[in-house]
Amino acid sequence: MTTPTTSAPLLAVRDLSIDFITPDRPPAHAVSRVSFTLQPGEAMGLVGESGCGKTTLSLALLRLLPPQGRIVNGSVQFNGRELLALAEPEMADIRWRHMAMIFQGAMNALNPVVTVGSQIGEAIHRHYPFMSPPEVAARVAELLDMVGILGARADQYPHQYSGGMRQRAMIAMALACSPEIVIADEPTTALDVMIQAQILDLLDNLRRHLGLAVIFVTHDLGVVAELCDKVLVMYGGVTAEYADVDTIYNSPRHPYTQELLKAFPDLSKPQAALNSIPGYPPRPDALPTGCRFHPRCPLVFDRCRTDQPALLSVSPVWSSQQSSGYAGTANSKRSGEVRPTHLASCHLVENDK
Amino acid sequence: MKSLRLIASRLVWAIFTILFVMTLNFVIFRVLPGDPARGGLRDPRLTREAIEAIRVRFGLEKPVINCVQSLNPWEPGPCAVNPFDTQFFIYLRNLAQGELGISYHTNRPVAEMMSQMIWNTILLIGLGQILAIILGMGLGILAAWKARTRLDFGALLFSLLAWSLPTFWLGIILLFWGSNQLGLPIGGRLTPGVDFPNTAAMLKDLGRHLVLPTLTYTIVFLGEYMLIMRSTLIDVLSEDFILTAKAKGLHTFQILKDHALRNAMLPMVTLIAINLGFTVAGAIQIESVFSWPGLGGAVFDAVGQRDYPMLQGAFLLLAVTVILANLAADLVYSWLDPRVRTD
Ligand SMILES: Nc1ncnc2c1ncn2[C@@H]1O[C@H](COP(=O)(O)OP(=O)(O)OP(=O)(O)O)[C@@H](O)[C@H]1O
Ligand code: SF4
Ligand SMILES: [Mg+2]
Repeated sequence: MTTPTTSAPLLAVRDLSIDFITPDRPPAHAVSRVSFTLQPGEAMGLVGESGCGKTTLSLALLRLLPPQGRIVNGSVQFNGRELLALAEPEMADIRWRHMAMIFQGAMNALNPVVTVGSQIGEAIHRHYPFMSPPEVAARVAELLDMVGILGARADQYPHQYSGGMRQRAMIAMALACSPEIVIADEPTTALDVMIQAQILDLLDNLRRHLGLAVIFVTHDLGVVAELCDKVLVMYGGVTAEYADVDTIYNSPRHPYTQELLKAFPDLSKPQAALNSIPGYPPRPDALPTGCRFHPRCPLVFDRCRTDQPALLSVSPVWSSQQSSGYAGTANSKRSGEVRPTHLASCHLVENDK
Repeated sequence: MKSLRLIASRLVWAIFTILFVMTLNFVIFRVLPGDPARGGLRDPRLTREAIEAIRVRFGLEKPVINCVQSLNPWEPGPCAVNPFDTQFFIYLRNLAQGELGISYHTNRPVAEMMSQMIWNTILLIGLGQILAIILGMGLGILAAWKARTRLDFGALLFSLLAWSLPTFWLGIILLFWGSNQLGLPIGGRLTPGVDFPNTAAMLKDLGRHLVLPTLTYTIVFLGEYMLIMRSTLIDVLSEDFILTAKAKGLHTFQILKDHALRNAMLPMVTLIAINLGFTVAGAIQIESVFSWPGLGGAVFDAVGQRDYPMLQGAFLLLAVTVILANLAADLVYSWLDPRVRTD
């Protein structure tokens, strides 16, 4: 299912920056110069602690930011089309038809007074207005069946569904118009562990079956290891590290990634104490100078406090698994050469050279 | 299934409440000094025939109920009497037959007077409420959709102002203005002493009389509807499912119609029910300012005239309206909100 790395990406995000503008406050730089690409059928993990800008970035791709959120820089290209330049009605045509989203906290993402079936059906009707009501109903039943819900339950209301079923219904809804990309923003928070595993399995199966590209937004590096081809680690609104999944797990170069990996439970040693990173991520309206991670970085040194590290390509020598080329093409300065991308923003990477 | 059971239980509840109110109404008006049934008999305005008629109708020689001869002054009575032969039972039977007593003031049956006036009240209050609901909701929707713009600010200011205006004061101001500047009638329902050639002419005259009281009533209630609609809609619009609807590519109008309004209507239903429940009470001020021959004005007059039978009838009607409005609200609510309707 991996497409050749030379093909044009399905989604190309370049230098995307998002500010939140609130009156009487300095602008909050929630996302700064984030870039990534997504190939058809590819799964990318978007990882980082709470408040790192994952949801903000995801919403910006669909241009669904709240009014205070402004895209101040960058580009989002879908199949070569610049989404940020589209007029609102054109953007509305793209939404759900080509890029759907499963929202964080899907418990409230369904309207309590509308049946689940008609909430799915209206999405179909919106993008395929010429489908007859029976055709729409048949498609709704098919979608529910795909996620393991009895078609007859289309006439029920969200409160008649269990938490896991609601999340399945959300997935069915996301797939309603056969989009090329699904963004799943922490699709399993607030579900119990058993259900979490079921939902993730379902998502993964559907993704493989339908050839969907998926962006998994999560805190859980275990999920990413299982389901994703590549990983974008965000910290304080910037890219900390970006590489294919093997590289991230086997030779992470950014101290933040390394700390995250230590914090995530290794199922082979369940007794091992979990290491959590002391302190909190920065607030986007009060970012530290220099490296945004420096107040918490175990390897901090003088330069980190004053100079912001650039996002640099890590020499492939350091990558133990350079053959797994999921992560797309590096915009290498040596033009024409194709190698797996591994980017990190840390002065130590620079020093390695 | 559950919705049927729900409707049934609400109905039973409403019936019990009405019975309770009837009992209360009976007790209150017999405990009050100058009670309508007995004290009232000394009212000099009553003719001898009327007094006799009242005695028979209310069974005034009979005990109030088993074991109680009289409530004011308190006087215990025989317990071993036929319960169907007590004042309370006769009161209930009279009510069931639509018998509410005779007005001290006009010497006419209260039920007959009320049934004439109630249509006038329903006309004025109904029209005013419908306009206030439509305009208030419309303005609230507009303000919520354009929240924090100049339009929202203007609508908000207007509504707060309208809401805080006293009915009486606004009514008098509009009365002055309307009668001086627009030549509208200063009160009443129809111009007295006019023989209308046809129904159209009569309706036109009625319409002219309705303008000012309806306008006053609409303005006074519009503000409240607008404020509630605006704030609930703003809340609903910030819900996650609205974001889902936007993400699906739905158009603004459809999001508003299919997702936001249905949820935002829930508090509105309660408010409308409360206001409709107080139809009679709410009509008191407006009808007395504009001399509108409705129940509200009659209640106002009846207080001044110490016309107890009239007050008792109006009191009962007021309570029953509140109960029925609440019943209606419950039913509409369960129709709008499936969480109430189903398990
Ligand atoms: N409407 C808003 N106005 C101002 N600031 C906002 C707004 N929404 C988000 N932010 C800020 O932007 C930053 C990024 O938020 P975001 O929700 O994208 O984080 P996240 O990575 O998705 O976190 P989580 O894991 O908790 O979902 C946060 O610090 C938050 O305070
Ligand atoms: S630049 Fe310095 S502070 Fe930032 S991650 Fe690297 S070592 Fe840590
Ligand atoms: Mg989030």
